[in-house]
Amino acid sequence: MWDYTDKVKEYFKNPKNVGEIENADGTGQVGSLVCGDALRLTIKVDRKTEKISDAKFQTFGCASAIASSSILTEMIKGKTLAEASKITNADIASELGSLPEEKMHCSVMGMEALEAAVKSYRAGGKPIVFEEDESAKIVCKCFNVSEETIVKAIRANNLKTVDDVTHFTKAGGACGRCKPDIQKIIDKVYSCETPAAQTGKIPFGQMTVVGKIKAVEAVLEEYVRPKLNMDGGSVELVDIEGGTVKVRLLGACRGCASSGGTIKMLVERALKEKVSNDIKVEQVI
Amino acid sequence: MKKVIYLDNNATTMTAPEVVAEMLPYFSEKYGNPSSMHAFGGENKHAVEAARKKVANLIGAQYADEIIFTGSGSEADNTAIMSAVNSFPNKKHIITSAVEHPAVLEVFKNLQSKGWRVDYIGVDKFGVFDMETFRSVITKNTALVSVMWANSETGTIFPVKEIADIAKQNNALFHTDAVQAVGKIPVSAEDSGIDMMSFSAHKIHGSKGIGGLYVKRGTRFLPLILGGHQEKGKRAGTENVPSIVGFGKAAEMAAARVKDISKIEALRDKLERALVEKIPDAKVNGDQRNRLPNTSNISFGYVEGESILLHLDEYGICASSGSACTSGSLEPSHVLRAMCVDFSFAHGSVRFSLSDKTTEAEIDFVIEKLPGIIEKLRKISPFGRNHAK
Repeated sequence: MWDYTDKVKEYFKNPKNVGEIENADGTGQVGSLVCGDALRLTIKVDRKTEKISDAKFQTFGCASAIASSSILTEMIKGKTLAEASKITNADIASELGSLPEEKMHCSVMGMEALEAAVKSYRAGGKPIVFEEDESAKIVCKCFNVSEETIVKAIRANNLKTVDDVTHFTKAGGACGRCKPDIQKIIDKVYSCETPAAQTGKIPFGQMTVVGKIKAVEAVLEEYVRPKLNMDGGSVELVDIEGGTVKVRLLGACRGCASSGGTIKMLVERALKEKVSNDIKVEQVI
Repeated sequence: MKKVIYLDNNATTMTAPEVVAEMLPYFSEKYGNPSSMHAFGGENKHAVEAARKKVANLIGAQYADEIIFTGSGSEADNTAIMSAVNSFPNKKHIITSAVEHPAVLEVFKNLQSKGWRVDYIGVDKFGVFDMETFRSVITKNTALVSVMWANSETGTIFPVKEIADIAKQNNALFHTDAVQAVGKIPVSAEDSGIDMMSFSAHKIHGSKGIGGLYVKRGTRFLPLILGGHQEKGKRAGTENVPSIVGFGKAAEMAAARVKDISKIEALRDKLERALVEKIPDAKVNGDQRNRLPNTSNISFGYVEGESILLHLDEYGICASSGSACTSGSLEPSHVLRAMCVDFSFAHGSVRFSLSDKTTEAEIDFVIEKLPGIIEKLRKISPFGRNHAK
């Protein structure tokens, strides 16, 4: 049982500002059903003063996610966008008294939704989903967390250990394979090192057929199959045509509702990162 | 304390007052060590052996000396697996299922990291064991097959006898984690061709901190805990006499109870039927044709499990969830994921596990309160609109 403060319990049981503002001036979304928590924040903004006159939320998630979302709407009402943008996840957590360490990512979600909502207002009000930049270097593939997000969380909250980073950003919380990378990021932040130069990779198109098969098979074996095996599934390489790698999912993965996601999030990501950025993966049924 | 409606009996059960009564004398009156040469302690050995007989009877062991008392079901699992792999050091292949309790799964993962080849047999969307794959991966080089008797989260029952037969044909040892099955359905280790079987007292109204491992006579065995002759050298450490005595009483009561599981099954079915009927987008997880009679695992789409549990807690209703948020991990239950339960449903799963002490009035109370809770949470959820469509 989590040790929630009375304020968290109160905002969970009787959340304030539930719902959606009609014709909102800004709509920010973060998270998804897959991630296990999601927040949709709508704000009404006075054009002249840029003051937030109203804010409402909808949240899918645990008690601390609901409480964090609700108290965030309370905190930003009456503030200008500039003032509201200064709110950090630590502010949200301290407004609630505190949050269990493992639940700090709920407050980060609030901060990210707010960032997206402000961006949405600036972009004319069309809803914006908070996401990592296309160019961002994704460290945690399970929860799609970038190095930038991790560095930000480390600096803002003075995080020292990999567990800290997981509690605040979710990074490393699923398969755990990125934990060594997170440790390196922590070391880097505290030692102010410059990032090491990327090792050069041969573009996939320039590899020989045998080279392609070997490289792809090696990555599947080392990074992909162990993960799928845990869920009772596996993957086999069927063919390689140009830059397109064709694979078949096996066992429990076959026909699984999230097989499309498995291909994109797991197989393609691994091959892009470990072999070459220009690889496309296709599923053969 | 407010009234508690306890529907989390797969997590633990109330220690029955009859069990406590039998245990009590062994704390401050008959506190001697069964290994002692004086009668004051030595007599306690008889109490331990009497309990062993009762436990052997409950699990269908042919001989009482096939029962080793351990500190927990988890210890029994660890002991069985490590004994098997250490007894057959030349066989580097072991098999389990993808939906085991962590006390099995984590040991397999650990062995995998040390060089053992591991196959995790999957399940279908109802949680049914993939027998075909199992048959295709087992070889003469397989040291151990460890597959649970019944799943703790969904209650789905695995065909352990069939699995044990196939293991035997391949000269592999067969271990089953029967912690959830024992006391809930009739089990017989002897008749099912099982080599080793784990079980625990606190799931059958015994006390916490005492479990047991059945090791069939003639099975190669190496102890996990060294340093004493207790349990015939199979598990060192002074016997937990009060808990063992309590375990015996609990086993005796369970053996009588397990003959009629229809009452508990009827209450479970009533709860399940009513909730699925009253609440849209509610689905039962698990094999409804072949389940423990006390377990119901229901997913409520588009809401998150921890939130449901905390609202239930307001009414004193105790249940558990396979949602990520409840466990402190960030992923939903490995059991539901292995069953390919959609994420929108996996996060909103609630497990109700009844006991013989559950009353119809309690079930009716849950049926009355839960629909409102789900409705309230769906109103807050951004995915509620999908639901309304």
